[in-house]
Amino acid sequence: MGLDLPKGGETVLYTGHMYQMIPTLMSVAKMTSMLEDHWLGKSLFIGRTLNKFINLSWFIPRFHSKEQKRYDEYLRNIVRLLRAADVGFGYLYEEELYTGALVRDLGVDDVFEGHARKVYERLEKHGVKRVITVDPHTTDMLRNIYQQVIPEYSIEAKSYLEVLRERGLEPKTDLDSPVVIHDSCVYARYLDVVDEPRHLLKKAGATIHEPEYSGKMTYCCGGPAESLFPSKAHEIAGKRMGQLVDMGHDVVTMCPICLFNLESAAEGKGAAVEDISEYLVKAYGI
Amino acid sequence: MARVNSEFIDEIRQSETFDAAACMHCGQCTAICPMGLDLLPRQLFLYVGAGLEDKVLENRETIFSCLLCRLCEENCPRDVSIAEDVRFLRNYINRKVYKLARN
Repeated sequence: MGLDLPKGGETVLYTGHMYQMIPTLMSVAKMTSMLEDHWLGKSLFIGRTLNKFINLSWFIPRFHSKEQKRYDEYLRNIVRLLRAADVGFGYLYEEELYTGALVRDLGVDDVFEGHARKVYERLEKHGVKRVITVDPHTTDMLRNIYQQVIPEYSIEAKSYLEVLRERGLEPKTDLDSPVVIHDSCVYARYLDVVDEPRHLLKKAGATIHEPEYSGKMTYCCGGPAESLFPSKAHEIAGKRMGQLVDMGHDVVTMCPICLFNLESAAEGKGAAVEDISEYLVKAYGI
Repeated sequence: MARVNSEFIDEIRQSETFDAAACMHCGQCTAICPMGLDLLPRQLFLYVGAGLEDKVLENRETIFSCLLCRLCEENCPRDVSIAEDVRFLRNYINRKVYKLARN
């Protein structure tokens, strides 16, 4: 990250690789939506056998480094915000693992459970007691799901939005801007994180516009359907973007999957979609 | 022809997580679903409850289309864990059809 974070420690920032993965997912999504109506798409089942002999991920087109830099920057924003709030934390660097959220969503439970144990052992090895997460999916895994599959799991997991709110961070700059808020389904309905982003944005002077479906009744960005049904995912993203644009043009998201999906549906709607950390770092960052 | 599969019924009954038996088929879930899934979860849970395994397997695409967004759960008068039940069916299909179990 280039931020001189100590390796490991009792409290670590756990990215779960969600932000870092988005540029790759963009390439994969482009490829799957191309294949969806193509005759080759009908032969994709062969891939499962073929992949045992040839690593098919070699054929995925490479992502744009500009996007990679942009998504990495959101993580840097979060580090700056936590430092401004005087939170001490480490990072596992190359030893940090993905939590396996998608594998679980797809119902491949025993593979997920094996992976979760591997992640837990890694955290234990470094003596981690608390993790600060940056996205809703990783937060749900490390707060709610791991304890269901690993009986001895007792690591405390909080989103950086919760940590910032608890710390009572004071803004240094007034945002003075209207924003339309898009809640993540997982933050709002799985984790009850609804007030935290609103509190932080309001305290920084932003005026929040709520779409018809918001808070606990937020509407999905379509992202979870992206890997299997890209055209359906795009249709839902378009519908959601329409609801958001009705309230204003600066849309703020708090999940990298929402950001990616809504942004891909924002074209031609005159709207800009941005991660909440980008707003918060302007107001509170150092 | 729909056939009742008693092994399927047994497996559902043994599950500690599958709670769709509480569903009263009011249809609020279907009405609010962003994916516009007519089948999910109401009718699908009827198939499961009746042990119609072949009907469940016929609707694999629908089962894997669910966003797990839980908007339906916010509106469910019986507090059914709809997303978890859908995930349970995915796991069942992965094991029975795609042979994705590790062992």
